[in-house]
Amino acid sequence: MKAERGIYLIIGTFFFVITVIYFLWSGEAGGTIMLFAAAGLGIMPGLYMAWWARRMAPRPEDRPDATLAEGSGPVGAFPANTIWPFVFGIGAAFTGLSLVWGVWLAVIGIGFILSTAINVSLESRRGGSV
Amino acid sequence: MTILEEQLESHPEGQAHHDEPRGLYLWLTSTDHKIIGKNYMYTSLVFFIIAGAMAMLIRTQLFSPNNHFVSPQTYNELFTIHGSMMLYLFAGPFAFGGFANYILPLQIGAPDMAFPRLNALSYWLYVTGGITMLLGFFTASGAAAFGWVAYAPLSSATNSPGAGPDLWIVSIMLVGFSGIFTAVNLVTTTFYLRAPGMTMFRLPIFVWNMFVTGLLILIAFPVLTAALIMLYVDRHFGAHVFSVAGGGIPVLWQNLFWFFGHPEVYILALPFFGMVTEIVPVFSRKPVFGYKGLVFATLAIAGLSTGVWAHHMFTTGTVLLPFFSAMSLLIAVPTGIKIFTWIGTMWKGQVEFRSPMLFVVGFIFVFTMGGITGVLLAAPPIDFATHDTYFVVAHFHQVLFGTAVFAGFGGFYYWYPKMTGRMFRENLAKLHFWVTFIGFNVTFLPQYLLGLKGMPRRIAEYLPADHYTTLNRISTIGAYITGAAFIIWMANMWISWRKPIKASDNPWDGHTLEWATTSPPSHHNFEKLPPIRSQRPVWDMNHPEYADWANPDGHDSSQPEKVGER
Repeated sequence: MKAERGIYLIIGTFFFVITVIYFLWSGEAGGTIMLFAAAGLGIMPGLYMAWWARRMAPRPEDRPDATLAEGSGPVGAFPANTIWPFVFGIGAAFTGLSLVWGVWLAVIGIGFILSTAINVSLESRRGGSV
Repeated sequence: MTILEEQLESHPEGQAHHDEPRGLYLWLTSTDHKIIGKNYMYTSLVFFIIAGAMAMLIRTQLFSPNNHFVSPQTYNELFTIHGSMMLYLFAGPFAFGGFANYILPLQIGAPDMAFPRLNALSYWLYVTGGITMLLGFFTASGAAAFGWVAYAPLSSATNSPGAGPDLWIVSIMLVGFSGIFTAVNLVTTTFYLRAPGMTMFRLPIFVWNMFVTGLLILIAFPVLTAALIMLYVDRHFGAHVFSVAGGGIPVLWQNLFWFFGHPEVYILALPFFGMVTEIVPVFSRKPVFGYKGLVFATLAIAGLSTGVWAHHMFTTGTVLLPFFSAMSLLIAVPTGIKIFTWIGTMWKGQVEFRSPMLFVVGFIFVFTMGGITGVLLAAPPIDFATHDTYFVVAHFHQVLFGTAVFAGFGGFYYWYPKMTGRMFRENLAKLHFWVTFIGFNVTFLPQYLLGLKGMPRRIAEYLPADHYTTLNRISTIGAYITGAAFIIWMANMWISWRKPIKASDNPWDGHTLEWATTSPPSHHNFEKLPPIRSQRPVWDMNHPEYADWANPDGHDSSQPEKVGER
């Protein structure tokens, strides 16, 4: 966790310094705001990971001498097959096309998206099957 | 060694191996990172062929002065969609959708990506986004015709009416969300699904580069999506964010777009740098030279690339020239470090010029040339003279074609045996390289000269009196040669498919974990893993006498055992 924390914090600090330099030198608002947001993108997850890194012993993947057996046990439930990402994709495309060809497409698209939301929740409860 | 068996138990009953759907239904429903990665790769190659065909049309139009092969409006549509497809639909998704999806979990010893369903969703958003972009050609007013950068005020509702520009906006939004979801997946997978012993500083450089690409996507793409929403609101709801008439600022679009656009260039480049860094050590029979230097160069590129956006806007007169010029010149330093480490890896190695290595050497040649002209363009006085000329066109084609095609096809040939379990025909692959390399240089080196003679980009016609004819003819012939090269590639793939030669699990004597599994890998990737004690676990397993961990300056093998609660 310590390496990951370091990467985020280095990036965030770098952007923060650049933000200050850019603001003081140019005084331009748009770029300053975007750079500041980029600094936040580094610092926020960095601090979250720093918080955890202090409270956790190093994970097997953080220790150079870890054996493979230490990583055994469930890694997570990986669904093998599911149709719902496809349905969601079609729904999102219809909703997007409604910006071009009219709201009626959004009605169809949001229907697809809602059905995905419902079915993915049910799928997770049943255990990831199609 | 038992890790994977136990991982398989965590899968819900009865779906891992039996009831596996086949054919089209598998393609629609799979959440396996390997199938999604292959889908990404095939889809992006289809878009590459379509956009490449558009390039042929563009070059045909420019073959002669006062040519009327296509109308000026069609020409504008062609270069817009050619650029948009190559950048949004080919180069990026080919790398961070295709290669990263397929290779990254294998290289870190993971069973899948962290969010398999999100992964599938990002593929479908990408496909629908790509189709949406192409739909523009079937509308009455034609596709978007304002260049892939869509500068205001050209992109306003008055100057670019019709459905085509709107379809372009929607398409980029969908593809943008797809990219963001993939980035979330890549970063999370790298942080949380590594095999035991695979510390951050043992990750293959390809994984490092994909992870940093993910961070850059998270910085850049949301800005673009926000800008596109503003553009849409301007076009349809009468807002005036980008129009002077209502008190808006047209240059704001350029600021927002390039804040995305410049990191995007590195989003396209970094994954391919990663592939190069995988291929060079394997075919030089040496570990990578300067591992930590490469990692920090990658992070430095990520940081600096976010601070250089306005070097695309030097001629607007509204940007802080010294800041952006200095940052743009600085970014050449980490990029130079990378080129130096690749050459350092080859230095005194046993270099074997198999086809992946040939493509990579071609990449280093072409990319270095494009990079050096990039340093020239970072100096405002030179940029003022060459802005919006063919000099810039030649520069970015050398950079982007160099990465996405030379390095990309190097990676494609390198991992093709792993992905399909079949070998390609080496002679045809070498022919593909040489024809591409010659065709590419014949196409783009004359364009530098055209740019220095003053030929502006994005013009459909020029006059005989401009004296651009000869160089344009050479360039067009080069483009046809490059096009022919891809027919050789397709023939190679066809032969390999119809008359397969079985590939072994580790045909190149590779170094990283993907070569420890079967070709193609089984459903959850690994039956067994070698112990991970260095940056090259598979090399260590196959060559224990030269193992990296036996190396006296190895930093990790002599560490005392640390015991901690999990």
